[in-house]
Amino acid sequence: MASWGEASQSRLIGKRITRLSGKDKVTGKAKYTYDINRPGMLFARILRSDVAHATVMDIDLSRAEALPGVQAVMPLTEAGRILRYQGQEIAAVAAETDDIAKDALRLIFVELEELPFVVTEADAMAENAPQIRDWEGNQSNPGINEQGDVKAGFEEAAVTVEATYHAPVQTHVCLETHGHVTEWTDEQNLTVWASTQAVFGVRNDFARRFDIPANQVRVITEHMGGGFGSKFGPGVEGHTAAQLSRITGKPIKLMLTRKAEHLVAGNRPSMTQHVKAGASSDGRLVAYDMRGYGTGGISSGAGFQAPYVYHVENRKTEKFNVATNAGNQRAMRAPGHPQGAFAMDSLMDELAEKLGMNPLEFRRINDSSEVRQAQYTLGAQEIGWHRRNTVPGSGTGVKKRGMGVGSGQWGGGGGRGTQARVTINADGTVEAVTGTQDIGTGIRTAIAIIVAEELGLAPTDISVKVGDSGPGLPSGGSGGSQTTASVAPVIKTAAMAAKQKLFEHVAPLLKAPVDDLRIGSRTIYVASDRTNTVTWNQATGLLGQESISEGGNWDQELRQGGVAGTQFAEVEVDTQTGHVKVLKIVAVQDCGLAINRLTTESQINGGVIMGLGQTLLEERIMDPQTGRMLNANLEDYKVPGTYEIPEIKSIVFDTHRKVTGVGEPPCIPTLGAIANAVYNAIGVRIRELPITPDKVLTALAEKA
Amino acid sequence: MSDKEKEKKKGTNISRRSFLKGVGTGTVAATVAPAAVLVGAPEKADAQTDEAISTAEIQLNINDQVYQIEVEARTTLLSVLRDGIDTEGNYVDLTGAKLICDKGECGGCTVLVDGKPVYACMMLAMDAQGKQITTVEGIANGDELHPVQDAFIQHDASMCGFCTPGFIVSSVALLNENKKPTLAEIKDGLSGNTCRCGTYPFIFDAVETASEKM
Repeated sequence: MASWGEASQSRLIGKRITRLSGKDKVTGKAKYTYDINRPGMLFARILRSDVAHATVMDIDLSRAEALPGVQAVMPLTEAGRILRYQGQEIAAVAAETDDIAKDALRLIFVELEELPFVVTEADAMAENAPQIRDWEGNQSNPGINEQGDVKAGFEEAAVTVEATYHAPVQTHVCLETHGHVTEWTDEQNLTVWASTQAVFGVRNDFARRFDIPANQVRVITEHMGGGFGSKFGPGVEGHTAAQLSRITGKPIKLMLTRKAEHLVAGNRPSMTQHVKAGASSDGRLVAYDMRGYGTGGISSGAGFQAPYVYHVENRKTEKFNVATNAGNQRAMRAPGHPQGAFAMDSLMDELAEKLGMNPLEFRRINDSSEVRQAQYTLGAQEIGWHRRNTVPGSGTGVKKRGMGVGSGQWGGGGGRGTQARVTINADGTVEAVTGTQDIGTGIRTAIAIIVAEELGLAPTDISVKVGDSGPGLPSGGSGGSQTTASVAPVIKTAAMAAKQKLFEHVAPLLKAPVDDLRIGSRTIYVASDRTNTVTWNQATGLLGQESISEGGNWDQELRQGGVAGTQFAEVEVDTQTGHVKVLKIVAVQDCGLAINRLTTESQINGGVIMGLGQTLLEERIMDPQTGRMLNANLEDYKVPGTYEIPEIKSIVFDTHRKVTGVGEPPCIPTLGAIANAVYNAIGVRIRELPITPDKVLTALAEKA
Repeated sequence: MSDKEKEKKKGTNISRRSFLKGVGTGTVAATVAPAAVLVGAPEKADAQTDEAISTAEIQLNINDQVYQIEVEARTTLLSVLRDGIDTEGNYVDLTGAKLICDKGECGGCTVLVDGKPVYACMMLAMDAQGKQITTVEGIANGDELHPVQDAFIQHDASMCGFCTPGFIVSSVALLNENKKPTLAEIKDGLSGNTCRCGTYPFIFDAVETASEKM
């Protein structure tokens, strides 16, 4: 049975190894889909609805078609169809330059008859609200879950809290917008450069869409500029690009505009929770009753976790979805968790305060995770928890400091479905090939580390080929923090098999049995006689014309799901401006065996910063008057910039020697930690995200 | 008014053409840099008037190499770098600078113009004539990486890497001005650049390391 071995025996695994793609990324050589320039390539753009709800009366493409430089114009809807959100596709053009494509969009005449719309949850749920879907009402049937005896729980409760928590819609803001470059090499063979998290998923989708065999579609994603859960399929823009390629016989580049990226490329649904919860005098959560909803746009669900992490014996939850005339939600980094954590961790602190208990102690009583119990101790020490205000808001001066804590959990245990090959060539070179994709998490480097560790080489000796369906070695999409845990076992077993084969070639030369051979640094030696060695290149030289090329297999024992995380925040709130500055985050993140400690820390930093953005800055603002998104750009939709970045102390809490993914979990506990720290600083609770200066000032004014 | 006309009046009538009629050609003429030599290109016609769009053949000095390229008045420097085709028919293909926000909000397209950081999406190609343009591809000295580039690799200051070229150029510009910036000065110097993966803490570390080696 394979194992990752003892930490003390690892030469590379668990160390800080720089990214293989580093040099390409810092010199501008790294080619993203958006950077692909093909001979004769055309630029395509999509005309989108600028209203929230309308019937298409007429589309006239003729003037656009007549514009010199335009090579194709195609409708994406037709008269009589209903457009149900701003940004929905109307028509597409392909032209010799991007500027001509822009001009051509302006020459498309569209007549729309506007329909009543709702773009906010409140409007959608109002009495006499226009019903915006003919297949279902604005509100879905509630999903109800009841366990234990909630009534009895409340009777036992010494304290109760009743509160409403809200998180608005957040958008992914992938810096490389969704898009593709498509090229038909003949009528039955399609090559697609795709900005995707799922090379093989996209391949299979195109094959179905154009009714061609899957092995005649090649999808390439050498580098990818951010997905965060929104890039699993080609979408309308991908299908349109391939269709325009077919019509024109030329390569097409079609990337979404920044505005369209906000409008149609996915978002994290909103959440509103009306909660009543109770705790016993000895600090046990005894009752939880929640009614909540969210909007994920016109047709998608808006799930969230409630209650979250902490155990409540008696609980009742009722959740429903609210449809609005807005682009659909897609999975976004730990779907349902961060907003659920914000509400639950806020609630926990509110209960603790009523009990007169330290919020950390209250968590210890109600948290059954042994890992988090250890993390609470570690994190509290690191942040200096004893320094917090025992009476919230009791600090003096204009700028008040406070501390808070939050928790999270995730799976990330990987799964079957990856094929990989490790090849050793006679000249000593090594290749590792699999159809996964490096979306910025560093899987390319993790693969190199695993193979190099097994073969006694350096990671830079390994040529890693990912992000290409061409070699026909499928792997799953990069979602659910599953990539490393899915890929690592297969790569590891493939490298082990290749090593075994090499030993078989070397054994006669060393006059030793195969199982007495070991790998050293660029050498193979005999365990019972360490002076009996061959160099790596002497060994591979024995291969002659025949390279070794071995596949791997899914090995349950090399991976494990289920991670816990805890974060502590220290903030400073300016009581005159309402500005919240996060000073420090301590992120204690359970992550199993971190193949590469350096990139694991990057993931933790990234999660914390995205969580910080959701807590303090990010909100999709819809105008109830016009039905339009008011901040579909990067100036008014705020993502964290340099000034928002606190000191981040990431503690890689690797509790076992099995691989677990860590891409999503670090973005979860941040929200509760910061929100609770704000309360600890100013003594007023803000239950609605993002915690912006206006809300802070209003809350302070109401308190005073 | 006929019923049909009434219906049209009631509905939203997105006629982009009538909008453009008012602003189209004037813009083209007004933004032509005086240095440019205008040459008519009969195959390109203005969308509204069917009049030929004026284009100009200009020279740009990018990374110490001269590019001969035909541009419209509205062509941005970023568009030349990324999508431009020179008069020989070759792509300029300097795709390190990225178009991310398209309106000077994110710094993804930052290049050096005469040593100063500039958003290439906000500069017209014609205005870049006669200036020394350095893109991320021109930051290294041949195979020898700039200390900023080395430090970015060492500190893992890129994840997806899409914003990285902009940060590299801005960091070089910052260190050219201020050899030993404090953390606050690093945050100031890079405040015009946006990252979504959250590489900031390691970028700060990288700039600090680079400053020690410069």
